[in-house]
Amino acid sequence: MRSVSIIGTGMMRFMKRDTVNMVDFAWPIVKAAIVEAGVDPKSIGAAYCGSAASGSMPGQRVLKRLGLTGIPISNVEGACSSSAIALRHASLAVATGECDVALAFGVDQLNLSGKTLVHGTEDWDFAYGLAMPGLYAMRAQRYMYEYGVTIEQLTKIAVKSKKYGALNPWAHFQQEVTAEQVMNARMVADPFTVLHCCPRSDGASAVVVCASDIAHRYSSKPVKIVSSVQRSGKMMTGFRDMTMPESTQRAARILYEQSGLGPEDIDVCEVHDAFTVNELLYSDALGFSKPGEAVKLLEDGDFDIGGRIPLNITGGLVSRGHPIGPTGIAQVVEMTHQLQGRAGKRQVEGAKLAMTHVTGGGVAGLDHGAVTIHILGV
Amino acid sequence: MSYNKPLPKLDPLTTPFWEHARRNILALQTCRACNDAHLPPSPVCPKCLSTDQDWKPASGRGVLEAYAEFHRAYWPGFNDDIPYSSAIVRLEEGPLMATNLVGDTTNARVGKAVEVIFDIVSPELALPKFRLASDD
Repeated sequence: MRSVSIIGTGMMRFMKRDTVNMVDFAWPIVKAAIVEAGVDPKSIGAAYCGSAASGSMPGQRVLKRLGLTGIPISNVEGACSSSAIALRHASLAVATGECDVALAFGVDQLNLSGKTLVHGTEDWDFAYGLAMPGLYAMRAQRYMYEYGVTIEQLTKIAVKSKKYGALNPWAHFQQEVTAEQVMNARMVADPFTVLHCCPRSDGASAVVVCASDIAHRYSSKPVKIVSSVQRSGKMMTGFRDMTMPESTQRAARILYEQSGLGPEDIDVCEVHDAFTVNELLYSDALGFSKPGEAVKLLEDGDFDIGGRIPLNITGGLVSRGHPIGPTGIAQVVEMTHQLQGRAGKRQVEGAKLAMTHVTGGGVAGLDHGAVTIHILGV
Repeated sequence: MSYNKPLPKLDPLTTPFWEHARRNILALQTCRACNDAHLPPSPVCPKCLSTDQDWKPASGRGVLEAYAEFHRAYWPGFNDDIPYSSAIVRLEEGPLMATNLVGDTTNARVGKAVEVIFDIVSPELALPKFRLASDD
């Protein structure tokens, strides 16, 4: 298998964009990635579009605007993991020699397609009024119970997220908030006020990848995809530990084995923080902390710029927004810029290895439908 | 007022669960080969892949694995219930069940004992919900 590198990125501010057709805000982002890569569009051998709520063939609908048609276009649905999976498949197309250059992008317009992610009607949770915020609120309650974490500590995660979101021109939410503002905001599902939850956003994100041995032809600072792991949650119809996301833990173990790296090697990381408590759950699952000890890293400033493992210093999903389909590649664009030293006020000095982690969906009986983790490096 | 909340869709796999529920019995699909009790039901045993499956009444008792008050309705039918209590109950037989906690929830805490009750929502359907156990 050939090594694969990222040579072009395209990103936009995630926000409510319900007055334009999704296709019209998405194609310029794809174009930006191709222009940044400096590749002849005709050299792109395959395209992968990650989308969770945009109907049939969003990839074709966007790419026809750019005349990028005729090539294989694959539409990938994996809920919040959609575009991370699209990137993985674009990388595999290059790694296996199917083509030398491939495109991966994500697009969704959640404010037109629905209020929150809706899953198969065979699950019963709806009958009890259970939506994602409530399921994560219960995870938070269990985590707080098991490890003595307080609402004040969870609030610190929201404050941190908004602090970094305020530095990120791509963030949906760009305002700092105080702990009091977080605590006094509208309650959604106890312990989460609305400031603990990711906003519902619309947007697009894109990357161009190519074989690493030709990457320097296009980019002075290509970013290598060091490792890529995709897994699905295991069907567990009996008991499962709500404080340990098993699919993330399992995928991380495979990722470290295949890369020869460990959590201590990672300089900066993006995890799937659809809700604040996720930073603790996933820090534990990815091995940055022992189970239950992530809150110490938070309290010690280790999740901040300058700390041991800067975590979601882009604002994460809680501040950058969560349009579902484009979220995975948005993380990859942010971490690519970190490694290229172009992250502006959010820059982690000297970052050489970055991780992106995104799960996908809730299916009754499974921890998560999907999980995708990438390690990027320079 | 007619019931206007989302209802579970019955299919060949889940109908036995709801038929038991209608008779106020919480039943779990149980494998005849390996005795694994599971929820949600599955066409084959998720432990050993046997197709030889049975339905057995559960004790109806469990503990609160997690519990949260919902302050926002994602379906209009829940507007009048806000705040309502969602719960994950760890059944005595092992499986976790997403449900609502009803009755007096003042003393609801993770780890508390709960017992099933049935909320009759239509002639065909009774939703298993839970309340804090009277003897706890």
